Amino acid sequence: MVAALRCVIVRDLRLAARRSSDVMTVVLFFVIVVSLFPLGIGAEPKLLRTVAPGVLWVAALLASMLALGRMFAADHADGTLEQMMLGATPLGLVVAARVFAHWLVSGLPLVLISPVLALQFDLSQELLGVVVLSLALGTPVLSLIGAIGAALTLGLRGAGTLLSLLVLPLYVPVLIIGAGAAEAAASGLGGHAQLLLLGAMLIFAGAFAPWAAAVALRISVE
Amino acid sequence: MEKALEAVDLRCTRGERTLFEGLSFALKGGELLRIGGPNGSGKTSLLRIACGLLEPDRGEIRWGGENVRMLKEEFWARLLYIGHANALKDDLTAVENLGVACALAGIVADDRQIGAALGRLGLAGRENLPARVLSQGQRRRVALARLALGADSPLWVLDEPFTALDAAAIDCVQDLIAGHVTRGGRVMYTTHYEASIGAAISRRIDLAGS
Repeated sequence: MVAALRCVIVRDLRLAARRSSDVMTVVLFFVIVVSLFPLGIGAEPKLLRTVAPGVLWVAALLASMLALGRMFAADHADGTLEQMMLGATPLGLVVAARVFAHWLVSGLPLVLISPVLALQFDLSQELLGVVVLSLALGTPVLSLIGAIGAALTLGLRGAGTLLSLLVLPLYVPVLIIGAGAAEAAASGLGGHAQLLLLGAMLIFAGAFAPWAAAVALRISVE
Repeated sequence: MEKALEAVDLRCTRGERTLFEGLSFALKGGELLRIGGPNGSGKTSLLRIACGLLEPDRGEIRWGGENVRMLKEEFWARLLYIGHANALKDDLTAVENLGVACALAGIVADDRQIGAALGRLGLAGRENLPARVLSQGQRRRVALARLALGADSPLWVLDEPFTALDAAAIDCVQDLIAGHVTRGGRVMYTTHYEASIGAAISRRIDLAGS
């Protein structure tokens, strides 16, 4: 069973490496959206410092949204999804492995590149740490919630738009708490409470979202 | 290997149409079951119901007396299903594709065994080509190479296994199926090809298609 899960993760990373344009699209989208803000709202440093965490978070949220559609669609089209459903490993665990691999190629790059982008906003060192940490805890939650939406809209016409409408409202709490962490840290309160909340969300979503997505997949495939 | 696959009073409707009704059969060890019928008569639906992918409108599929939709992984670990779609990734090589398929099905096989299975299906020398450059028939062979490794799965469910294959590959797949039945396995398959598979007990169900 562990071998099967490792095999699924290796497969997804291999596919991403052989089709690196998909990964690059998401990262470039993130870079461009974040860079548009300083251009659009002017170079007032105080203003930029205030909006930086929110901008980074909204951009990360939209970028991870962009990658969601691919999570199950190709496997559904070529029959691999049926094999996953009829496998010896419980589907929920396979989905968890797939979400983890999906985060490694579409969420982790955003976390890693965000400190560079934050320079454009003149964010202080300590705030930068909080923002990066909040993104590191928050983007996997986005992938987990997104997996449920991707599973529910699998095979529907206009799935992309429907997926955004379905998933974006569910992203709101993560966004508020995630962006709030840096805000609290800036005001001197410290962002610990928000980071702990994000950690709790991650554990909760990690435990339940894959199973919910697995049920949704079975319904979509019937 | 004593457990049987039983279908009890199955009914399947797709939209307004009833594909089949009151369908019952049992498939014991060492038996071969061929599902026939014209296009659209519900052969694939029947196989998907038998695997537990699709819920029948009435009736149930039992494995050793228990509903397969309750047994879940316990049943699926014993099942080898090869569907219409080959479940291959264009960007992965034949070996990698077969490795993933085996891992998902819970079949333990190392690279040497995987290479041997591909060789048995006539793909020697093409193991490390990406599936993208393989022909339709060669892709089908990669999918079917799982049969050469799936001797321990007591139940094989095969949807049109002979599609796109040439005569040599058809012979090879027929041998694999016959070998599995002789070992005491159960095989359920659909085909339009008049296959000649040597099996002690070979039965046929023809769906009428209304």
